[in-house]
Amino acid sequence: MKSRLPINIINGAGMIIVVVLFLMPFVWMVSTSFKTLGETMTFPPVWFPDQFLWENFIKAWNSGPFLRYFFNSVVVTFGILVLQFCTIIPAAYAFARYTFKGDRFFFGLTMITLMIPPQLIFLPVYLQMSSWGLLDSLWALILPFASSAFGIFLLRQSFKQVPEELLEAARLDEASEGKIILKIMIPMAKPVLITFALFSFITHWNDYFWPLVMTTSDSARTLPLGISKLREVEGGVAWNILMAGNMILVIPILIVFFFAQRQIIRAFVYTGVK
Amino acid sequence: MAQITLKNVSKRFDDEYVVNNMNLTVKDGSFTVLVGPSGCGKSTTLRMIAGLEQVSEGEIWVDDECVNDVSPGKRDVAMVFQNYALYPTMTVKGNIEFGLTNKKVPKKERESLINDIASIVGLENHLYKKPQTLSGGQRQRVALARAMVKKPKVFILDEPLSNLDAKLRSQMRTELIQLHQRLGTTFIYVTHDQVEAMSMGDEIVLLNKGEIQQNDSPMNVYHYPVNVFSAEFIGTPAMNVFLMEKIMPYTSNIDKDAHYVGFRPEHAAILTTQPYEDSHCITLQGQLLTRETLGSETIYQIKHRAGNFTVKSFLPPLEENNKNVFVSIPYEKLYFFDENKEQDRDHHWKQASSLTVEGM
Ligand SMILES: Nc1ncnc2c1ncn2[C@@H]1O[C@H](COP(=O)(O)OP(=O)(O)OP(=O)(O)O)[C@@H](O)[C@H]1O
Ligand SMILES: [Mg+2]
Repeated sequence: MKSRLPINIINGAGMIIVVVLFLMPFVWMVSTSFKTLGETMTFPPVWFPDQFLWENFIKAWNSGPFLRYFFNSVVVTFGILVLQFCTIIPAAYAFARYTFKGDRFFFGLTMITLMIPPQLIFLPVYLQMSSWGLLDSLWALILPFASSAFGIFLLRQSFKQVPEELLEAARLDEASEGKIILKIMIPMAKPVLITFALFSFITHWNDYFWPLVMTTSDSARTLPLGISKLREVEGGVAWNILMAGNMILVIPILIVFFFAQRQIIRAFVYTGVK
Repeated sequence: MAQITLKNVSKRFDDEYVVNNMNLTVKDGSFTVLVGPSGCGKSTTLRMIAGLEQVSEGEIWVDDECVNDVSPGKRDVAMVFQNYALYPTMTVKGNIEFGLTNKKVPKKERESLINDIASIVGLENHLYKKPQTLSGGQRQRVALARAMVKKPKVFILDEPLSNLDAKLRSQMRTELIQLHQRLGTTFIYVTHDQVEAMSMGDEIVLLNKGEIQQNDSPMNVYHYPVNVFSAEFIGTPAMNVFLMEKIMPYTSNIDKDAHYVGFRPEHAAILTTQPYEDSHCITLQGQLLTRETLGSETIYQIKHRAGNFTVKSFLPPLEENNKNVFVSIPYEKLYFFDENKEQDRDHHWKQASSLTVEGM
């Protein structure tokens, strides 16, 4: 016991440092979003503003068509998620469970797309969207992400781990392939699906680059673009308003995490018991 | 209920024959046990009957229908897997219900079927648990219930008891036998345990290297093994088999036709003193190597110039220091096999009749 004590202390200290490092910018953002403009300029910075200025949020929200942005963000992220599920689940099932002509080649092709960042191909995609007349619409934000090589890869791995006998039992139970996917594969891959959904949600909720390129009018823009606009107020940046805007962006993510967290833990604990 | 017929069925993986030209009839309502060493093609045969594996050659018939191109779900065959293969994300009830839902059985009927089955296998109190929270025996019951609830024509069980401990296994063995009597459905049961095969089956199909060695009732397989493989596989400990020429010097009453001669360990008597000369018996003198006392019986390893052999005796165990022993085997308990290791029937009977003449 005695000899373990210092290690525990080092462990604890290490964890505290990590937590502080990750948490400090966040706390700073939260506190700034409640400050007066004057308070944001003081040095050393104050951690607790004298009074909490809720109107920063109202100002931020009212400085542009934020309801529109918010709605667009929700439609885009969920649209992407739904389409991705519709494509990656059957694809992963086929790659994991079937042998067909060229299966390795096509899987390799899928994996290669993992290595190409979207910034590299935005021009051809832009031209494509333009020729379909979809520029400056939500479709231009959704369709290019309708599938995910990463998702296919992740899900294929977890589909591969489902014992073959389970599928055979299901076939003897007269289950169709669709039913096998729905009732056996998806429930067993639940932790992976939730993890992927979170990953996809965060990526597209926070995405700045793609909407910037594909859209020009407010009617098709999303929250990150709206918030970046808060910087363009005259007479210097109002940091408190900007941070309030960032809070509006972040809070939905926190809420989703809060609910998903219990699901993730439950899902992982569940598969752990054999 | 159904009769299953395999006609010249073969299965190849790549170029290797795993099941070779098999002809087999599983009688309606029988409890047929496929038994054989590991890798002999038992599971493959079962899986072909269930439709999980395509036959490479030949035909499989259920009653008067060739089912080669019928999908597994439509064959009216239910299977119990070795490690149960229960759906882990469904409750016990969900597991049992899944096949019924897929068959579009109405909800009300499903409920009553599930309740009936649950009480037959004693799972009433566990219907809403997940399989992971059940014991091995309970999981086995769920697997049985899932198969039974569909009222299949044929029940297929692939080593269903091998994951259970010895006590539970013998209990489940009895339950399965009772279940079979109650349902009257055709059972095809795979095991590599010959005790299980002998005690459960009313028909044994002995396989080796993808070929049927013998297909008969348990007692016939035991008493009339058709070849050396069958003789050595059924019975514990295995039958002692010698080359004929090794045994010839110790007897005068056998002619030389057969190539192999064997006797079962339980048919030999072990003595510490030289018995009187007896024309009904062959007597071998050897040294006691080891002794296993199992309570009701004792198994001896004996060293002999013709080769080591085993003897099983139900008499009180001999003292360990009795190194020199005499083993006598009645002639009528000897088995003879020809150079192809097939039973030498003619020889056997000729010997038996000549013995009676001598005894007069
Ligand atoms: N999908 C497959 N591909 C290639 N070879 C296979 C395949 N399935 C089975 N085999 C081979 O077929 C042979 C028979 O296998 P099978 O599973 O039928 O044996 P078994 O009699 O059930 O043995 P055990 O008692 O160990 O279960 C084995 O040599 C195995 O390696
Ligand atoms: Mg097997």
